[in-house]
Amino acid sequence: MPGKLKAKIVAGRHLPVMDRASDLTDAFVEVKFGNTTFKTDVCHKSLNPQWNSEWFKFEVDDEDLQDEPLQITVLDHDTYSANDAIGKVYIDIDPLLCTEAASVISGWFPIYDTIHGIRGEINVLVKVELFNDLNRFRQSSCGVKFFCTTSIPRCYRAAMVHGFVEELVVNEDPEYQWIDRIRTPRASNEARQRLISLMSGELQRKIGLKVLEMGGNAVVGYLQCFDLEGESGLVVRAIGTACTLDKVSSGSAPNTNTHVHPNTAPASNACNSPSKDGKESPLAHGCRSTHNSPVHSVCSSQRLSQNFSVSVPTLIFTGMGSGGSAGKEAGPLKTLLRQHTQTALEQREFPFFTLTSFPPGFLVHVGGVVSARSVKLLDRIHNPALGNTRSYKLLDWNSVTADEPETRDAWWEEIRQEIKSHAKALGCHAVVGYSESTSICEEVCILSASGTAAILNPRYMREGCLDIGSTDHRFEDPSPPSCGFCHIPYDELNMPFPAQLTYCYHCRRQKVPDVLFTTIDLPSEAAVTGKGCLIQARLCRLKKKAQGEVNATAISNLLPFMEYELHTQLMNKLKLRNMNALFGLHIQISVGENMLLGLASATGVYLTALPAPGGIQIAGKTPGDLSNEHHILTIQKRINDTIAKNKELYQINPPELTEEGLGSPIPEPRQRSRLFRSHSESSDELSELDLSHGKKDAFVLEIDDTDAVEDIHSLLTDAPPPTGFYSCNTEIMPGIYNWTSGIQMFTSVRVFRLSNANLTNQGLNKIFTDLCENLLKSFYFKLRSMIPCCLCHLNFTVAVPEEELIQVAVTAVAMTFDKDQAQEKPAEKPINKGSSENEEQLQFPLELCADVSSANTQPSSKVSGTVSLLTPAAKLCQNQLVMIHLPGVPESTNVSSRAASVDYGSFADRCSTWLELLRLKAHTIRRGSVKTSRRTQSLAHSVSSLERCSPLPEGRSRSLRSSRSFGGSSVTVVKMTPLSFLPGIRIIKYLGIINMFFIRETTSLREEGGVSGFLHSFIAEVFAMVRAHVAALGGNAVVSYSMKECVLMENPNKNQAQCLINVSGDAVICVRETDQEPTASMTNIGQTCCSANDGAT
Amino acid sequence: MAVELDVFVGNTTIMDEEVYQLWLDGYTVNDAVKVRMEGGVLDECEASADVLLSDTMDQYRTFQMCERLLHSPAKLANQCSNDFPLLCLSLFRYYAFDDAFVREVLGKKLSKGTKKDLDDISAKTGVTLKSCRRQFDNFKRVFKVVEELKGPLVENIRQHFLLSDKLARDYAAIVFFTNNRFETGKRKLQYLTFQDFAFCAGQLINNWTVGAVDNMVEDMDVDLDKEFLQELKELKILITDKDLLDQHKSLVCTALRGKTKAFNEMEANFKNLSRGLVNIAAKLTNTKDVRDFFIDLVEKFIEPCRSDRWTAADMKLYLTHYTNSAHILDTFKHQVVWDRYMGVIKSCIFKMYHD
Repeated sequence: MPGKLKAKIVAGRHLPVMDRASDLTDAFVEVKFGNTTFKTDVCHKSLNPQWNSEWFKFEVDDEDLQDEPLQITVLDHDTYSANDAIGKVYIDIDPLLCTEAASVISGWFPIYDTIHGIRGEINVLVKVELFNDLNRFRQSSCGVKFFCTTSIPRCYRAAMVHGFVEELVVNEDPEYQWIDRIRTPRASNEARQRLISLMSGELQRKIGLKVLEMGGNAVVGYLQCFDLEGESGLVVRAIGTACTLDKVSSGSAPNTNTHVHPNTAPASNACNSPSKDGKESPLAHGCRSTHNSPVHSVCSSQRLSQNFSVSVPTLIFTGMGSGGSAGKEAGPLKTLLRQHTQTALEQREFPFFTLTSFPPGFLVHVGGVVSARSVKLLDRIHNPALGNTRSYKLLDWNSVTADEPETRDAWWEEIRQEIKSHAKALGCHAVVGYSESTSICEEVCILSASGTAAILNPRYMREGCLDIGSTDHRFEDPSPPSCGFCHIPYDELNMPFPAQLTYCYHCRRQKVPDVLFTTIDLPSEAAVTGKGCLIQARLCRLKKKAQGEVNATAISNLLPFMEYELHTQLMNKLKLRNMNALFGLHIQISVGENMLLGLASATGVYLTALPAPGGIQIAGKTPGDLSNEHHILTIQKRINDTIAKNKELYQINPPELTEEGLGSPIPEPRQRSRLFRSHSESSDELSELDLSHGKKDAFVLEIDDTDAVEDIHSLLTDAPPPTGFYSCNTEIMPGIYNWTSGIQMFTSVRVFRLSNANLTNQGLNKIFTDLCENLLKSFYFKLRSMIPCCLCHLNFTVAVPEEELIQVAVTAVAMTFDKDQAQEKPAEKPINKGSSENEEQLQFPLELCADVSSANTQPSSKVSGTVSLLTPAAKLCQNQLVMIHLPGVPESTNVSSRAASVDYGSFADRCSTWLELLRLKAHTIRRGSVKTSRRTQSLAHSVSSLERCSPLPEGRSRSLRSSRSFGGSSVTVVKMTPLSFLPGIRIIKYLGIINMFFIRETTSLREEGGVSGFLHSFIAEVFAMVRAHVAALGGNAVVSYSMKECVLMENPNKNQAQCLINVSGDAVICVRETDQEPTASMTNIGQTCCSANDGAT
Repeated sequence: MAVELDVFVGNTTIMDEEVYQLWLDGYTVNDAVKVRMEGGVLDECEASADVLLSDTMDQYRTFQMCERLLHSPAKLANQCSNDFPLLCLSLFRYYAFDDAFVREVLGKKLSKGTKKDLDDISAKTGVTLKSCRRQFDNFKRVFKVVEELKGPLVENIRQHFLLSDKLARDYAAIVFFTNNRFETGKRKLQYLTFQDFAFCAGQLINNWTVGAVDNMVEDMDVDLDKEFLQELKELKILITDKDLLDQHKSLVCTALRGKTKAFNEMEANFKNLSRGLVNIAAKLTNTKDVRDFFIDLVEKFIEPCRSDRWTAADMKLYLTHYTNSAHILDTFKHQVVWDRYMGVIKSCIFKMYHD
């Protein structure tokens, strides 16, 4: 069914000089959607052209609306030669297709060129009119909301969680097409950007279709990835969790973040969107998703046999001290299955959930981490679809007939099956915190999937499930909320692996394991002792260079050992910190030509419900040797000291348990488990060793060779974060509850060149460990002004871009918190805190840091804080006060409390306001006082009381007499965070998903400051473009931001480099927690802006 | 083994003021690291030298990237940047200058030739060459931009470079001096600071330029009002007409008598001093004499007074009465021009009369 897309090109500014003779540009704009193109008039001789075009109207299928981006090209008109391209803007119009999201896209977009970067900006207005009821369409899935956030988005509640959705599309990579030899790098980059934009659009549409089919209306935890397979093509794949979300009306529950009590959930089923035929039978869903994958198992296995494929025996990380147990546990599995009551989940093909945090009561028990990896050889993807009516028509893998070569779908299916069976082995019917990733080097590809086996409360599934669920005794026996998820899901007598169980230290009724590993965030209801910390295991393994099958075999032989060793490291480090559980575990294994890199990150915590971890004991292999004995003693002492120090550092003071207090005095079956170094042993031995349990309660490390000594040293080299810093890779730090509003999101990339050709594993390990440690140290140093603060969501990505290069990319957010209250968990969510914060802001401590006039300021004399200003244009968004944080301020403790949009009415006002503030600041500093001047207070007053007047004195606002005009511009301060929320700030509206892909290439690498300069400016440009798009949607923040891909290729000898970045996140509108829900005018910001712009032109 | 690439990009830029100052002062990365290490930043944060080097390089790169923006600050306001406040702050620092340096180039042509002399100036003033270059380029940039603009000079500078009032005024003074090529380098003028000159420039801009009468003309605040300069010739009557000169002297002396210790010197020198001031006025139509304006003021008026040990109060008293008495002269018809001239001369001399 058709829809009408309308676009209007208003103006441009700061265009580059394209005509050397006149130092000016004759710019015009091409607006393209699908195969239709419109042009504006040429605006002669101007770097700030005003086109003010008519509305260009495109009448298109809504299928196209979902797939295609609006493509805007700015060109320089040339009478005699070809017109020169200045740059492009791709606008994803998907957010306009949701009725609830943005209604108009309007704003200044950076004009981006893949060779020159950002070249000026263009003001564009886009609207969509859809003609028909959205739900009737088959091919399109307009209206399905997408969220990157891996929890139920705030301001929604989950009426129903339907389950796993996945899709992938494949195409030839334009970079590897024959035509690439004759076209310019720019054309090739643009073809690639456009193709990926198309493919993501298509992917999203298809996922949307599946969601509609399941009866859902949203995808949460949407994770889209690219596999750049080089010669063999380009794969875009996505997974997510289909849900039915209800918007929480703001009036009824303004401050809860939508976590609905489970009991109310079934009742709300009535509000579901019509879920059509499949409603009554949960089975139908499972079948349906099978239908979507046309590759029948027979067929696929046949294909598989033609190609080379190695499935790696996968370890199940149960978190038991014994480490991994090898994969095939057919015996206990069957018994388990028999015992386990069937739930609806089991009937689904893949009971997987990409969510990492859940409404209370959703998660019943957690089994442990399950993961699967598989090594594949890539084959050229055959693409017959070219030359179709739509020349860009993508090859949809699923629609291709069976005589196509084997599919990625089959590969993933294989892996998912494996994950599913692992989960079953752990007595669990579902996998939560599920994610998939790949690592590609030449033609070898490692596919990985991991998640946490869990038992979920079926009340969140279909109604039908409820009855089945209630027959399960486990669900009748409600566990205490704060420890229930720790209780073992598997049967004590038929444990899938040897484990040490104790009664829960919290409720004393159920059994818990001694250690728990998970990939999810710490459930909010969990009781934690002390604080958590980031725990990383890092590992390098050399491998011989090889080709094809030999290479794949070599890699797959190495993988289990790497996994095992990473696990060992994690376990040791966990014990060293006196903790007993890992959350957010993410293990990445990257393949390079001559090495494999493994990096496991997780957040360690001490769960009150789990037993205290035993210490680590060192044992020598030859007890008689005196010098050795002495050596061991010193190491033992160091370890014990470290444990004691860590206990203090992380404030782990578990309540002392009196054995008598236990209801049933069970003899603690604390068993000694040995940890062996794995590389010298085969996997067969591993399983045997698992059975060797002693009677000691400590963890024993045996030193049998020098390697082991090195290992223990490396264990002790992890420096704790400096005082005032905490770090974790989960959303928030367990044990810190009183966040203040200071946030700083950052991305950091480091590439290390190994010059030494003959490195040992040990040497490599050391280099890799140092690289990661130094990165962390750099962050602490850079962010020292934010102390006390916590680095949250530290997401490390490692890669081996070339033979001797190791690349580590990190995205994280630093958040400040209130030190004084850090130890206590507030009874309620800190709502009241907001008001005190508010008061604080009303006084507007206008303390800036830099003394402008004096060149040398004393750090100690600097005061810092929040600056606010209200420009006349802030009338447009009355409720959004303007708070701008001055970063880089030493000793800054109180930073801007919320995101806000700043509309700068005119340039003149804007700068004079700043001058005003800066002068005040200078004044304040001169007086050496924190008190604000009278002027400040009046300013503050005008801001706080939302008076719609300019704070500028008359004299300042006199109009610009200069011939140049900067009027009509609006700039929005857009906050970004990888978390799903902003502290002290309430998200009131989700505007849609941001999913952007950029390529940047340079042939003047040296001139741009080398690779560092090149990448630095590229990342900064990506941030700027994300912010511009969010602002154009009317938003003021991005949550769940992540950088999925950062591929850097360089050739310094040729002075060239190329970089690909893919980022995603959720665009939102948010207000300070204390503020009232903005009035309807909020939604009209865009329109107000555009009318303002109209007025200006 | 080396770190090949190392970047850190925040959603808002993190800027270390100390490093920024080091950068502005022209330190190399390695020197800056040394300075920071000596400053003890490492001890505060339990960091290593590597971390410091990485941080310093990163900061330097950020500054270099920002530098482009700082060169045309007007664009700053429109960048999709969260860093506007930060950039404003860094802008002030970037456009700040050393008085010692500006004193050396004040009034000189901002040409390649002068730029070549920067290493001498650097050696003389102790300001690093890099910093000299930046300051010099800043002057040149501001000069070039405002050259073509209509409207008040200070306001234009403020608008286009987002500078503070004070800094904008200082730049206006520099532009004004450069444009009129005032001589400031003579030995006799060495005792004057940049702030003295900046004040005088402000007076001249506000009262003697075209802009003082008409504020929509191009270069209004940069060029002196030609008509006014012509009219100044008429003042010559005060010294050429003997009666008028005597009358003026007696009026001034009557008013001054008994009010100052230096009365005798004032009485004795009256004619000399009056000739000096009026001659300066009469000659201002010549560009060459405009250039020598300050040196003339010092030679013809300030030095004689100083050798007679007038106090600043004496000077004030004398000039006030000298100016006012002219109004009482019935044959003297050029009151308006006289006031416009003496108003500026008075305040300039007050400012310049110090050791």
